[in-house]
Amino acid sequence: MNSLIVSPTALAFAVVLVLIALVINLREKIGLEKDMLIGVIRAVVQLTVVGYVLTYIIKVDRLWLTGLMVAIIIFNAALNANKRANGIPHAFAISLLAISTATLLTIALLVLTHSVRFTPSQIVPVSGMIASNSMVAIGLAYRSMNASFHDQRQGVLERLALGATLKQASNAIVRSAIRTGMAPTIDSAKTVGIVSLPGMMSGLIFAGVDPTKAIMYQIMVTFMLLAATSIGSVIACYIAYPQFYNVDLQLR
Amino acid sequence: MTLILTLDQVNYAPQGKTILSDIDLEINENAFITFTGPSGSGKSTLLRLIATLLTPTSGVIKYQGQPQAMLPKPHYRQEVSYCFQQPSLFGETVRDNLAFPFSIRNHPWSQKRAEQALASVELSEAMIDAPITSLSGGEKQRVALIRNLLFPPKVLLLDEVTTGLDSDTKDCVHRLIASYHQQGMTILMVTHDETEIAAAEALLEIRGGRLEAKHE
Repeated sequence: MNSLIVSPTALAFAVVLVLIALVINLREKIGLEKDMLIGVIRAVVQLTVVGYVLTYIIKVDRLWLTGLMVAIIIFNAALNANKRANGIPHAFAISLLAISTATLLTIALLVLTHSVRFTPSQIVPVSGMIASNSMVAIGLAYRSMNASFHDQRQGVLERLALGATLKQASNAIVRSAIRTGMAPTIDSAKTVGIVSLPGMMSGLIFAGVDPTKAIMYQIMVTFMLLAATSIGSVIACYIAYPQFYNVDLQLR
Repeated sequence: MTLILTLDQVNYAPQGKTILSDIDLEINENAFITFTGPSGSGKSTLLRLIATLLTPTSGVIKYQGQPQAMLPKPHYRQEVSYCFQQPSLFGETVRDNLAFPFSIRNHPWSQKRAEQALASVELSEAMIDAPITSLSGGEKQRVALIRNLLFPPKVLLLDEVTTGLDSDTKDCVHRLIASYHQQGMTILMVTHDETEIAAAEALLEIRGGRLEAKHE
């Protein structure tokens, strides 16, 4: 396990890779150099801080501290999903509920089936993976719903005029939003091992774990993410769509 | 005669911009009222207020003696059905559109009923599986109309539904509307069409958001 050592010197050399990306960006006038620098600095600072925090949490192994870390992860994921909502009322609360349910339900199932143990070293990274994938799925679903309610306004109005309930008038849009939200997870499940060797599996193999064990973990992660993105986007979409209407069952 | 709709001092002024002012109107069951007036005078808005697709800023609209606000909207909209000017069909095929009125009522799909409805507006039964993208404007308008009539409403609100149709198609639509009217349906129609205005049973004119002239 300890054969994998990334020294500070090695990391400093890896900065050359960032410089290559920066040079390409400047030469081609893409205009992303500022975002790229901010991204690199944030990644280094955030990961360093999280590294120390995780080390501490794993060392002290307290239930409340693990719970707090999971809560912070879920809160941040909801904040980010809310940014994609583009004006959907109560999007933060909806995202918080959807991501919490997806994360906690999936973790509960994993713990109850002894797939993971309730220790900080397993619960925190698994929560991060679930919350982040749910966040992306919900963000995409929000974007799809906003676009569809805008582009298909006339169709929704006609369904309402025919006497449809809000659910009946929105069904097609909600289903399409859930499909959009889940598409990256499903695509990734379809291509895992063929196109991508996912981070968790690669990390375990890098760290010297037997590849067959790493693959078993990855299969579990794939199933877990499918369940979590599905739960998260379904909850978010079904709570969010009524926000596009007013109390008189008219489109806002 | 029994009153089916009553409009009492209805105003519509979203964000302070007046579109309809002080509309008072009593509509009897089985009436056929034609609304006319210049573009932008508020005719479509009036129908949309009656259809509950918009809410009056002030005033009350009553249906069978009960204020609209007290009635469950989906059920009301099935009884007081609004047909759009230049409607858009949804889904992929004509079937998707004709199946919708069945599905929202949890009513089993009836192919025969849908085919009869198509025939009533002189559209081929085979058209039921036609992609909506292959339909002409007139065909789309007729499919949209029968979508409103598969389960006949008590009041039919027609917003310039014959605009852009050729004379044969217009005649076909007129015959269909007349037959439902004869069976007791109340019809409120907005139009600019001279022949429809000339043939109107009761003609009301809206100008600048007000009901100005009445010709019985």
